[in-house]
Amino acid sequence: MNRIDRLFREKKQNILSVYFTAGFPERESTASVIRALGRHGADMIEVGVPFSDPVADGPVIQQSSRRALDNGITLHRILEQLEEVRNGNTVPLLLMSYLNPILRYGLERLCHDAAAAGIDGLIIPDLPPEEYLEKHLKIFREHDLKNIFLLTPQTPEERIRFLDEHGEGFLYVVSSRATTGVRDTFSEEQLAYFKRLATLGLKTPLVAGFGISNAITYRQATRHLHGAIVGSAYIKALEKASDIEQATRNFLRNLRADPSS
Amino acid sequence: MKTQTSFHPDEKGFYGDFGGAYVPEMLYPNVKELQEKYLDILEDSAFREEYRRLLNDYAGRPTPLYPAARLSSHYGTHVYLKREDLTHTGAHKINNALGQILLAQRLGKRRIIAETGAGQHGVATATVCARMGMSCTVYMGALDVQRQRPNVERMKLLGATVVPVHSGNQTLKDAVNEALRDWITHPEETYYLIGSTVGPHPYPDLVARLQSVISEELLWQFPRQSGRDLPDAVLACVGGGSNASGVFYHYLDKPQVRLLAAEAGGQGVATGHTAATIALGRTGILHGCRSYVIQDDDGQITEPYSVSAGLDYPGIGPLLSHLHATGRAAFYAVTDDEALAATRLLARLEGIIPALESAHALALLEKIPFTADDHIIINLSGRGDKDMETILKHIGE
Ligand SMILES: Cc1ncc(COP(=O)(O)O)c(C=O)c1O
Repeated sequence: MNRIDRLFREKKQNILSVYFTAGFPERESTASVIRALGRHGADMIEVGVPFSDPVADGPVIQQSSRRALDNGITLHRILEQLEEVRNGNTVPLLLMSYLNPILRYGLERLCHDAAAAGIDGLIIPDLPPEEYLEKHLKIFREHDLKNIFLLTPQTPEERIRFLDEHGEGFLYVVSSRATTGVRDTFSEEQLAYFKRLATLGLKTPLVAGFGISNAITYRQATRHLHGAIVGSAYIKALEKASDIEQATRNFLRNLRADPSS
Repeated sequence: MKTQTSFHPDEKGFYGDFGGAYVPEMLYPNVKELQEKYLDILEDSAFREEYRRLLNDYAGRPTPLYPAARLSSHYGTHVYLKREDLTHTGAHKINNALGQILLAQRLGKRRIIAETGAGQHGVATATVCARMGMSCTVYMGALDVQRQRPNVERMKLLGATVVPVHSGNQTLKDAVNEALRDWITHPEETYYLIGSTVGPHPYPDLVARLQSVISEELLWQFPRQSGRDLPDAVLACVGGGSNASGVFYHYLDKPQVRLLAAEAGGQGVATGHTAATIALGRTGILHGCRSYVIQDDDGQITEPYSVSAGLDYPGIGPLLSHLHATGRAAFYAVTDDEALAATRLLARLEGIIPALESAHALALLEKIPFTADDHIIINLSGRGDKDMETILKHIGE
């Protein structure tokens, strides 16, 4: 069974997914980051493939992507790194990449190589769901890969239902009108949006992302939805870290702490 | 606006293999709304009337088709210059900005954002925003802010906010990235007024249709000036492709008219300091559409270079990509030096200082042997005032 599906079958709430940029802070830190995240309780890991022109990303991920590219990381190398780390690791792994690097690699070839490297799903923000369903669904199925769709506060209900109907793994709930980045707390409007989604009776699990940065926002998001994704805040923690293991442990502990205590 | 040529995109915005709308879900509602409404709005008679009046009374259309006698005798052929440089704000960009601001109004948007390279599209957008009393934010690469300073000052005087962009090479590509991020962050109230035939469907078609006024005028101007029905060739420079699309538009389905495009060779196609997308690009996705893109083997976009800020872009619009793939248009890389030489030549022979972008099209006269029987049109997309600092730096007085 696909590890993403297994995760959501076994765990219904407080799922914590962590995004990081492969090849950051060092070219060869990808494996250490994944091991540290697995060891310290991340339920799911999103491996960001850096792109030169990440239009859906805010400053933090733009900079980590730039640095990873300057470090010389490539999609080929990332897949090799993942192969090294996959042994014995049961945490679901996703690749998050813009479409252009994937097309250059070859989408079919990537599906094959990603599955071989132990990847469970892909998030491709600029691949329209319609085109995926029409052209790529078959190859994803062949390799038991999930393609994750995004929802935003602007997505009309009819489209939410469409995305849910075809949803695989989980739906990535973009928390606000924003690129990725760090926020201290969610507004009433955002909370109402999470709550509304939770009452729609969707079949695909919902995981909030963009703006989850601390124990408060993590709690707020997971109160109504199945889980939450942290990205920029973790990258900031890595940026300052001298020891990836320790930084990851502290970061995840703080995130899961009770904000009221 | 004529609507039937064989070079229109299909329903999903594809010209052959190129085009489409590869946008993150955050932009889906905005792009979808535009896709659903743009044709109805463009074809609405009240829109057409208002647009036409603004083009004529405000922007100064029709622009002359000027038989350039001394340039013609220098090259031993017949050269006609389409004088987009004489429009209000000094480039063809105003044709598009006026059309899109009327569209934005009809969509009920209050805030306008734009990207700019040379600053001509930024100035055109700031101008139409001032004219309509709308708020205007222009993203501009920090390098371009330096090399096109007069245009930055113009935008500010017109009441626009100019935001320098420090990522990447700090040029046009990076300005588009930042404009897209702004749009993602403010999707409801904001209209993204794109300056060229790039971006997700329907922008390439929308901009091409608005710029098609250039060749619409040529359909009656050229016969009057030359006594012939059709020119032998039409020449234009290509950044994203808007002035080329506009001047080619009504000739696309007339195969006897050669369509010739000049892209920015920078220091030379082989030097790595270039923006020659057709020469070096491979199919890819940049800024929401599939087109030729200069990129490395790992799919990372290569930072482009050209002396001309308006051509300093690693992509090219889907219509132009399609014209290349089908062989309908021929593309040539023109270097900085060739463009600068053409600038000087036009200044001396005709008393016209072209924009460095337009000078790339003029430089084709050196590369392509035209005969005494040929009658060719060159789109003089803009004037060179904005480039004086750069021109003086390179060619002295
Ligand atoms: C005068 C002039 N010509 C040409 C261009 C290139 O754009 P396009 O290829 O869209 O016409 C620019 C862009 O800034 C410009 O200012």
